[in-house]
Amino acid sequence: MPGIDAGGGKTLFDKVFDAHVVVRREDGQCLLWIDRHFLHEGSFHAFNKLKDRDAEVTRPDLTFGIEDHYVPTRTRDLSKIDPAIRGMIEQLRGNSERHGLRLFDLDDPGQGIVHVVGPEQGLTLPGLTMVCGDSHTATHGAFGAIAFGIGASEVAHVLMTQTLWQKKPKRMRVTVDGTLAPGVTAKDIALSIIAKIGADGAAGHAIEYAGSAIRGLSMEGRLTLCNLSIEAGGRCGMVAPDQTTVDYLRGRPFAPQGEAFEAAAKDWLALASDPDAVFDREVLFDATEIAPVVTWGITPEDASPITATVPDPEQIADPARAAQVRDALDYMDIRPGQSLTDIRIDRVFIGSCTNSRIEDIRAAAAILAGRKAKVPGLVSPGSMLVKKQAEEEGLDRIIRDAGLEWVDAGCSMCVGMNGDLVPPGERCASTTNRNFRGRQGPGSRTHLMSPAMVAAAAVTGHLTDMRQLMREPVSAGN
Amino acid sequence: MKPFKTLDAIACPLPQSNVDTDQLIPARFMKRSRADGYGGFLLYDLRFDENGEPKTDCPLNDTIRQGAQILVSRRNFGSGSSREAAVYALVDYGVSCVIAPSYGDIFASNAVNNGLLPAVISEEDCEALLAGLQDGADTATVDLEALTIRCANLVVPFTVDPVWRTKLLNGWDDIDLTRSHSEAIAAFAAADRERRPWMQPNRPTTAKPEA
Repeated sequence: MPGIDAGGGKTLFDKVFDAHVVVRREDGQCLLWIDRHFLHEGSFHAFNKLKDRDAEVTRPDLTFGIEDHYVPTRTRDLSKIDPAIRGMIEQLRGNSERHGLRLFDLDDPGQGIVHVVGPEQGLTLPGLTMVCGDSHTATHGAFGAIAFGIGASEVAHVLMTQTLWQKKPKRMRVTVDGTLAPGVTAKDIALSIIAKIGADGAAGHAIEYAGSAIRGLSMEGRLTLCNLSIEAGGRCGMVAPDQTTVDYLRGRPFAPQGEAFEAAAKDWLALASDPDAVFDREVLFDATEIAPVVTWGITPEDASPITATVPDPEQIADPARAAQVRDALDYMDIRPGQSLTDIRIDRVFIGSCTNSRIEDIRAAAAILAGRKAKVPGLVSPGSMLVKKQAEEEGLDRIIRDAGLEWVDAGCSMCVGMNGDLVPPGERCASTTNRNFRGRQGPGSRTHLMSPAMVAAAAVTGHLTDMRQLMREPVSAGN
Repeated sequence: MKPFKTLDAIACPLPQSNVDTDQLIPARFMKRSRADGYGGFLLYDLRFDENGEPKTDCPLNDTIRQGAQILVSRRNFGSGSSREAAVYALVDYGVSCVIAPSYGDIFASNAVNNGLLPAVISEEDCEALLAGLQDGADTATVDLEALTIRCANLVVPFTVDPVWRTKLLNGWDDIDLTRSHSEAIAAFAAADRERRPWMQPNRPTTAKPEA
């Protein structure tokens, strides 16, 4: 594509990275041009740095604010919420206004979680460099963009210069070939990868996902997969653009329109790793061997197929890993050898940048339809547009009839910043991305899984193989 | 930023892997102003019980570890969220160096931007250092010029990205450096507009796509 060196032996990552290098230093540091910068309420540290320097936002046209981390999900009336939380939202509003930024605020029909809104609005495009002060920015790589999370100092740097100093990471290709069994989703692929390579298995690497199972995923599935790249320690995750990508983007409001779109699509479809491209590391998976996965511990690498039992630390040869597992089981209050399906839960959550898109809501509703949940739970769609569409399809009614709460869009119970918390000691089946100690609230216990698996757990009150509740074949890979 | 050359200070063992950023600073403290200092929130749920009383099993609460400026931990330290507040909590507590076999990439980058050294050592040396500290050693010396750590009778090498080493040794700030390239940045942006006209976001009058 124009501006991207098509020389032989390059990976997709190399092509996009090289096209954004403004300055290349002898020590390997590159000053990288940034095409999109998303900000949420946590950006206040960065704006304070601008204030200290009396600096302006250099490219407000490429910078977008989104209210998601702290927003209430049961009301949109800020006068009714905790003043400290309201203050976080008001700070973002003030900073956005001061610097002339387009803000997706609570009154905007497109408001939602940044990593749901970007793709949905067509702000995310193939071949872009994208950053946000949020580690799950890797999500946007589903479109063939280089997208990664940055800290507040880097946010300030991008605001002031529209660039970032980066050293090119190593390249890793994860190939998943074959057809997924019915009910097995992108979430199960991702958790299987993390369980195999470890929560730091991709540290220092940019991941490219390839293979027939990946090509077969919808954009929603690819977003879920790339989202979890960070949970394997990856700097970012990417899928090469194809017709699925182009079809998703056509007509999105911030994407090019008309002839400009068709011209762009031609450039995007040319973006792929060369056949002779060399990766620093290659990992292969057989899609037919992947089953629905749940986590049982306190890092996403503590994941097993739902048909398995809780591991026994006494059987683990590596003493450091055995200690880690012992510690995890102690925190999670489960026993070695216990069947995963015997683990009872207190609550469910369906939402977050990992699994809150329309297909996720549909998958959960397919299991919940005509059934009652045995435990309470919250369903928070990823954006107000997802919410609207789900309501048009009648999914909200299915969810409410099952006894779960249907609320507005935000990061909600994934991180609990808005007050949507799992109470201390309670166990939650969750579609989110982190089962860290206390992530969903002090003393909370989290089991990660796909939306259909969470719905199944809600219906039975314990971790459950959703395939036993499937009424008819669910299309693979959603 | 203050240059980092050598550090001779109290060291504290934290013998856990995957000390994630949610543990380094729980989300509920992140609404606070940095001006008040984040040190009190460092590893809060590890250091304090439900009543806010210090936990006796947390090494950071040991009398001999008070004032620790060096932490030694296991693999994948700082994994998880990009919250720079995790680094602020360490720095405001007084920590200037973390020693571990591996780090979350974003955490390590944030650390360097705040003058905190993320020193990488082998798993084997890490276990030896942890054992030395747990046997009663209370200080360590980190030499960023020589890339060595001394603790009791141990001398172990460590690594850090050479670019980060230079930045830490000099206490450099990226923004001033970047501004010296402002002409190159402007030239890139102008040429890029020709190369990739589609990069510029469309400005819709209404924004109502389907989900």
